[in-house]
Amino acid sequence: MILLLAFAGGLGAVARFVVDAELRARRPGTFPLPILLVNVLGSFLLGLLTGLVRDGADDAWRLVLGVGFCGGFTTFSTTSVDTVRLARSGHVRAAVGNAAGTLVLAVAAGGVGLLLAAAAS
Amino acid sequence: MPTPPHRDPRLLALVAAGGALGTLARYGTARLVPAAGAWPLATLAVNVAGSFLLGLLLEALARRGPEDARGTALRLGLGTGFCGGFTTFSSLAVEVDGLLSDGTAGTALAYGAGSVAAGLLAALAGVAVAGSRHRGRPA
Repeated sequence: MILLLAFAGGLGAVARFVVDAELRARRPGTFPLPILLVNVLGSFLLGLLTGLVRDGADDAWRLVLGVGFCGGFTTFSTTSVDTVRLARSGHVRAAVGNAAGTLVLAVAAGGVGLLLAAAAS
Repeated sequence: MPTPPHRDPRLLALVAAGGALGTLARYGTARLVPAAGAWPLATLAVNVAGSFLLGLLLEALARRGPEDARGTALRLGLGTGFCGGFTTFSSLAVEVDGLLSDGTAGTALAYGAGSVAAGLLAALAGVAVAGSRHRGRPA
C-alpha cells in the first residue's frame, strides 16, 4: 500500500508539472493561473473522495488517490513562493489574489466535492 | 528546438521520484504529528516546512545565474517534485471544509488563513536565507 501511495504521489506531481507547463505555454502571463487551477481541481477531487469514503467506500482509495494522487497533484509551496515573487516584483494585487483566491476557491471546490459525494449516496 | 522539460522522459522521472518521496515524507509526518485539538498540525507543518524549502531552493538557484542542466534537475526534482509532493493544498482545503461543517467557522478561518500567512512567511524566510548565503557573490 505504501508503494502505491508513493507511486500515486509521483504521478500526481508529474500531472501537475505537465498541466502547468502546457497551460503556461498556451497562455503566458505573470499570474500563476495553472497552479491555481491544479489546486482547485485537486481539492474538488479530494473532497469527493473524502465524502465517498465517509459514506462507506474503501479507505484504501482515500489513501492512494487522496493522500497520494491529490496530495502530490496539489501544492502549497509553489503557491507560497509564487505569491512572494509576485509581491516582490510589485504585483501586489496579483499576490493577494493568488493567495486569497487559491484558498477560497480550493475550499469551495472541496466543499462541492463533499456535497456531491453526499448527494450521490 | 530542444525538447521542453515536461516532455523529457528523464526530467519527468525526476519529478515523479521527487513527488513520490515528498508524498511519503508527508504521509510519515501525518502519522508522527497528531492533531492538536481541532487543528490539523501535520498539514500545517509540511506546508510551512515545504514553503521554506522551496523558497530557499528557488532563490539559491536563481542566484547561480542562467539555469544549467544541473539547475534544471535540482529545480524539477527537489522543487516541483519533492516540495510540491510534500506540501498539499487539497488536504488543507478539505480540512477547512471539515472545520466549517463542524460549525467551528472561527477555527476554520484561523487555520486556513493562518496556513497561508505562515506559508508566505516561511517562503520569504527561505528566500532571505538563500540571499544572505550568497551575499558578496555576484548575483
